[in-house]
Formats: sequence, structure tokens, C-alpha cells
Amino acid sequence: MAKATTVLDRIALLGRAGLDVLAAMGRSVVFLFLAIAGRASFGNRLQLLMQQLYSVGVLSLAIIVVSGVFIGMVLALQGYSILSDYGSEQAVGQMVALTLLRELGPVVTALLFAGRAGSALTAEIGNMKSTEQLSSLEMIGVDPLKYVIAPRLWAGFISMPLLACIFSVVGIWGGSMVAVEWLGVFEGSFWSNMQNSVDFYDDVLNGVIKSVVFAVVVTWIAVFQGYDCEPTSEGISRATTRTVVHASLAVLGLDFILTALMFGDY
Amino acid sequence: MKTRTLEISVGLFLLAGVLALVLLALRVSGLTVASTQDTYRVYAYFDNISGLAARAKVTMAGVTIGKVVAIDLDRDSYMGRVAMDIQGEVNNLPLDSTASILTAGLLGEKYIGISVGGDEELIADGDTIRDTQSALVLEELIGKFLLNSVNKDE
Repeated sequence: MAKATTVLDRIALLGRAGLDVLAAMGRSVVFLFLAIAGRASFGNRLQLLMQQLYSVGVLSLAIIVVSGVFIGMVLALQGYSILSDYGSEQAVGQMVALTLLRELGPVVTALLFAGRAGSALTAEIGNMKSTEQLSSLEMIGVDPLKYVIAPRLWAGFISMPLLACIFSVVGIWGGSMVAVEWLGVFEGSFWSNMQNSVDFYDDVLNGVIKSVVFAVVVTWIAVFQGYDCEPTSEGISRATTRTVVHASLAVLGLDFILTALMFGDY
Repeated sequence: MKTRTLEISVGLFLLAGVLALVLLALRVSGLTVASTQDTYRVYAYFDNISGLAARAKVTMAGVTIGKVVAIDLDRDSYMGRVAMDIQGEVNNLPLDSTASILTAGLLGEKYIGISVGGDEELIADGDTIRDTQSALVLEELIGKFLLNSVNKDE
């Protein structure tokens, strides 16, 4: 008899967990809609956005640039060692550029962004919630969704595609340094091969579209996790972890779907 | 003063991002602002287009003067029909010019090379280049070579 109830209890537990997930998803959609739609009634919106662009975009620049250079250099080295087996080292520029533009630029930027800016957003908003700054704002008649959340969302949406472009440019520069200056690939064929194979619409713009999608997903997850967290120090730490894990998984999963749609041809 | 440095750094960041996109467009994808200038369409029929792809370049004397737009099979003649857009400023190609499918390097990509003919009449929009040379197919060459050496032995 006791056994039967525990089985039922477990099923009930599972059901409750499923309902919780569904409820959180619903809350997050309503949250996004309320934050984006409508205008702020209080404060200078441009000023607020500027502040967030600084902390989300400008401060992420260093990690993006440094990792971009190193990833470009590694790609060039690896590509060279594989391609030189077939005597086509000139294709190294093409390989580096296409890999960065189509995949690594948007994806690695999104992963780094989730770790660098996303976790900070979650922790900041979670802390505001636990110290009751959000409810105080509501108390004085300011909608925290408009005043706190919306600028952060927009800052993420704007800065990540730009960061992804910078990542790709810096990576290609790093790759050209390694391939041309160090490994001695002929500079003319390095660039002309790249320009012949890279198409502006198919490769560059599709990469930008990818990073726009990732920007929306990562920023949305980060800000929502902060807004929805348990207002305790433990809750904030769990929410921050969830931000990084969920955002990374969402980016990788979406990347597969987007790649299949954009470059699949099937 | 503090907000001013913040605004400047944000402005620089936005500028850097846009500049990066422009760089990707111009330097990496080779998008030229003038690439949408006027071009004219020329067709050529090949026995075998083996490996030529759309967006391959069309060259003359090694200089790129256009690109391949479409490739399809002509149902009546069973030949491959290649449509290419030639830049409008190269409007003095003789009608009997030759189009041949060439390979960049031994294993490189295929492209079309046009060599000049001697005709007075010039190619216009929608014309067809009649004199064509198909791609070298390595397997056929090897086959012929083997056949030759067998014949010699007899």
C-alpha cells in the first residue's frame, strides 16, 4: 500500500515538474511581450539603453576580440596542416572565413556572451529582486519591466550581432596573420580564394541573421532568469547557472536547426 | 563627464560593429558596390560542363569579366547550357569568340575562359557563343591514353 502511494507520488512529482516548466515558459513569453511592447513612461530611454549597451556590449568587447584572434589563428593552423596534404594551402583563407562567418562567429560569440554578459544580467536583476528594488520601483509607479528590463533586452539584441561581426573580422585577421605571415601562404591567393567563395548574402548575412536569433534567445533567457529567480542568494546563484546552461544549450540546438535551414539544401 | 566617456565608448563600439560588417562585406565576401552595374547575358553550349558551378567566374586573358549565372541541360541537343553575365563595359567581344571550361590548378575550381575571335560582328545581349571547348575530364584522358598504349603494342 505504501509502495503504491510512493509510485503515485513520483508520478505526481513528475507532473508538477512538467507543469512548472510549462508555467515558466508561459511567464517568460508574457514577460518578453510586456517588456518589449509599449513605451516607457519614466526616465530617458536613450540614456538607459546607453548605460546597458556599455555594460553588455563594450565590456564584452575584450573577451570577444581576444578569443576571436585565437580561434582564427587556430583555424588557420589546423586548416593549413590538413589542406597542405592535398597541396591546396591557398584554400586556407576560404576555410577560415567560411567557418567563422557561418558557424563559429555567431555561435562562439553567443556562448561567450552568455557567460560574460548573460550571467551578469541574471545576477544583477536577481539581486535587484531580492533587495526589493523592483517592488520599490513598482511602489512609486514605475514599471520595472520598462525601466529595468527593456533597456537590457534591447542592449543584448543590438550588441550581440555587432560583437559577432567583430569576432569574425578579428578571427579572419588572426587567421591571415598565421597563414600569410607565418606559414607563408601567398597573400593574393589567400584573399582571392576567400572572396571567390564567400557570398555576401549566403554567408555574411546568414551569419548575421543567426547571431540576431541567438541574441534574442540568450538575452531573453538571461533577463528572464533574473526576473523569475527565487529572491535569495541561493536562488540567484541557481538562476545564474541556469542562464549559462540553458542559453548555451539553446544556442547549440538552434544553431543546428538554422544551419539545416540555411545551408542544408535538402 | 562620466556619462560622456560612457557615451563615447558606446558610440565607438557601435561604429566598430558596423565597420566590421562593412569589412566583411567588402574585404571578405568581395562584394563590390558597383557589382549591380549593367551586364548582358550570353549563352554557351558545352558537351560536358563537368564541375562548373553557378557563380563561377568568367575570365578573358585571366581578368574576371563576368560570372556564370545558371547551368541547365538543353533537352533537344543534350548539351549543357551555361548562362553567364558579362560586364557591360566589355561589349566588344567578337561573335566567333571561344568559350572553354578551364581549371584553376590541377584540382582547383572550374571557370570559363573566353578567347577572342576575329569576327567583325559583336556579341550582344542574349547571343550564344557557338565555339566552345568542354572541360577536360581526367578519366577520359586516362582512358584514351591507355587505349593508345594498347594499340601501340599490337
